[in-house]
Amino acid sequence: MARTLVDKIWDAHVVRSIPGGLDVFYIDKHLIHEVTSPQAFEELEARGLPLYRREQIVATADHNVPTRNQHLPIQDPLSRSQVSKLTENCQKFGVELFGLGHQHQGIVHVIGPELGITQPGMTIVCGDSHTSTHGAFGAIAFGIGTSQVTQVMASQCLLLSRPKKMRITIDGQLQRGVSAKDLVLHVISVLGTGGATGYFVEYAGSAIRSLSMEGRMTVCNMSIEMGARGGMIAPDATTFTYMKGRPYAPEGAKWEQAVAYWGTLFSDEDAVFDAEYKFEAEAIAPMITYGTNPGMGMALHTAIPTNVAAGEAASFEKSLKYMGFAPGESLLGKEISYVFIGSCTNSRIEDLRVVAEYVKGKQKAPHVEAIVVPGSKQVETQAKAEGLDKILADAGFELREPGCSACLAMNEDKIPAGAYCVSTSNRNFEGRQGPGARTLLASPLVAAITAVEGKIVDITQYLN
Amino acid sequence: MEKFEVLQSTAVPLPTENIDTDQIIPARFLKATSREGFGENLFRDWRYDSNGNRKEDFVLNDTRYKGQILLVGKNFGCGSSREHAAWAIYDAGFRVVISSSFADIFRGNALNNGLLPVEVSAEVLERLFAQVEQEPQTQLIVDLQGQVLRVPVWEEAFAFDIDAYKKECLLHGYDDIDFLVSQKEAIEAYEKTRPWEY
Ligand code: SF4
Repeated sequence: MARTLVDKIWDAHVVRSIPGGLDVFYIDKHLIHEVTSPQAFEELEARGLPLYRREQIVATADHNVPTRNQHLPIQDPLSRSQVSKLTENCQKFGVELFGLGHQHQGIVHVIGPELGITQPGMTIVCGDSHTSTHGAFGAIAFGIGTSQVTQVMASQCLLLSRPKKMRITIDGQLQRGVSAKDLVLHVISVLGTGGATGYFVEYAGSAIRSLSMEGRMTVCNMSIEMGARGGMIAPDATTFTYMKGRPYAPEGAKWEQAVAYWGTLFSDEDAVFDAEYKFEAEAIAPMITYGTNPGMGMALHTAIPTNVAAGEAASFEKSLKYMGFAPGESLLGKEISYVFIGSCTNSRIEDLRVVAEYVKGKQKAPHVEAIVVPGSKQVETQAKAEGLDKILADAGFELREPGCSACLAMNEDKIPAGAYCVSTSNRNFEGRQGPGARTLLASPLVAAITAVEGKIVDITQYLN
Repeated sequence: MEKFEVLQSTAVPLPTENIDTDQIIPARFLKATSREGFGENLFRDWRYDSNGNRKEDFVLNDTRYKGQILLVGKNFGCGSSREHAAWAIYDAGFRVVISSSFADIFRGNALNNGLLPVEVSAEVLERLFAQVEQEPQTQLIVDLQGQVLRVPVWEEAFAFDIDAYKKECLLHGYDDIDFLVSQKEAIEAYEKTRPWEY
């Protein structure tokens, strides 16, 4: 029988099905970080349960960490205690930790792929909703709550019902200046923030196929912003080329065997999806968000809508009030004082290259504070090796040390109340970047141009 | 986990749609390493201004509304997977959240903590908001065994869905960990036959 990609991987991970429709579902890799793991370790101990498969867990410190002077003790006492709790737990339970100062430290969704830990056909979970990122490799990857973190620690399994399947096909060629970020912001603006709730989304079509792995990760990363449990892209030659030689990727005969298996991971031609959407790449323009959820996005050159979808009126009004915008308003010319380039959506080396290429020989506007936070120590090292640090510094951008940073402002990187920030992250929720902060989500290129111009511009005029 | 059978209570109405978990519990309050005390910071930035003063117009500060049922707009709990959101709602005294839709991860987190998400139609939700806002003392009855939400003033009852296994867990106060650990033999057997060895 014809099966979808998600079904093929799902079937291969069912330990047993129990009456009532739930599956005991096996998890290959479990990624953990300092914020959502302490209570899980505590629960495990309270129940006197052993950690079942410690070699299938990888830990990193990312959410709370400072992005300056990482070699010094963390100043915020609560952040420090959370990070040291992680270190303590990893030591006690024998879990591999890429902590502060480690050459592999970084945002959990950046390091998994770059180390080759993330592989096609796997099931991957993490106490973090953007685990969907790893689906770019053709893995079933999704975020879980802390109770489920405990379950995986205790049994390497979860009790789940099979998800519904959606396919989003994007054919054609993206226009100049339009990136994977614009593509996904466009899709979310059409489907809405709850449009894929309950689904695993497979992205397909020629526009997806021609994306790099970095671009694919950006798309899968934001699947959760339309409510999807996960996003996926069938692995292909781009995937295998990216993976080959990564520290944790298989080698030699095992590599051959792996590639043979990975090559079977695609949706069969006649496979049936519960929902299907189609988009044309040519119709997608550079995007920006104007509201307080990622579905409230528009093409840069257009205006904020005046009519709202049924049942959204209350949040639409509240949202625009928070942002200080009006229905029907254009954002072109709006002064911006902060630009944040980072987060698990857009902090990989390719993103930094896009920014550096544009700002080379230019200067940021004097009133703008522009920070670039690499997704990992490896990205930081690579950026320096390529001289990007120098280019950024000359243009007035500050290259920091890796972490989640102003994506969720758990460390000191906060946007002040009322200020506008063009951010390459994934969430523009109220207060996400600090209490009262106003976030506009965009691509790294849009962010870079905004920093230089000091205001929102229609970037198509600025590309030569 | 505490058992859940039947709850009769008044409700607190918060008719905003797409409430994300960053609003339910902002990230800066996630630095604790235990589960307790999150209730204090539930809806922190909607409840208090930057000086820590109560915002009188926010429903949790409105003395007319009390109860163990939180009534919210559609797509409740979207965004971050933080279970702290479910802990905060529970810790603040709520046992049921009623909406017309819930984000997946939030729903799972709630069920794993004895907080019952009750999904009703958009139309019923709208009627409930109108009813509760007009008469804050309106009693609602949530009967898990019967899977119904009763509204005695209307003499109406509305069925709601819940996974059969999750229902048993809530009725008895069990959680998934006990069950999964009991499956150890099957899990070990599966590990020997995995299609691809990771
Ligand atoms: S970068 Fe932002 S979205 Fe990504 S894991 Fe960190 S906090 Fe979450």
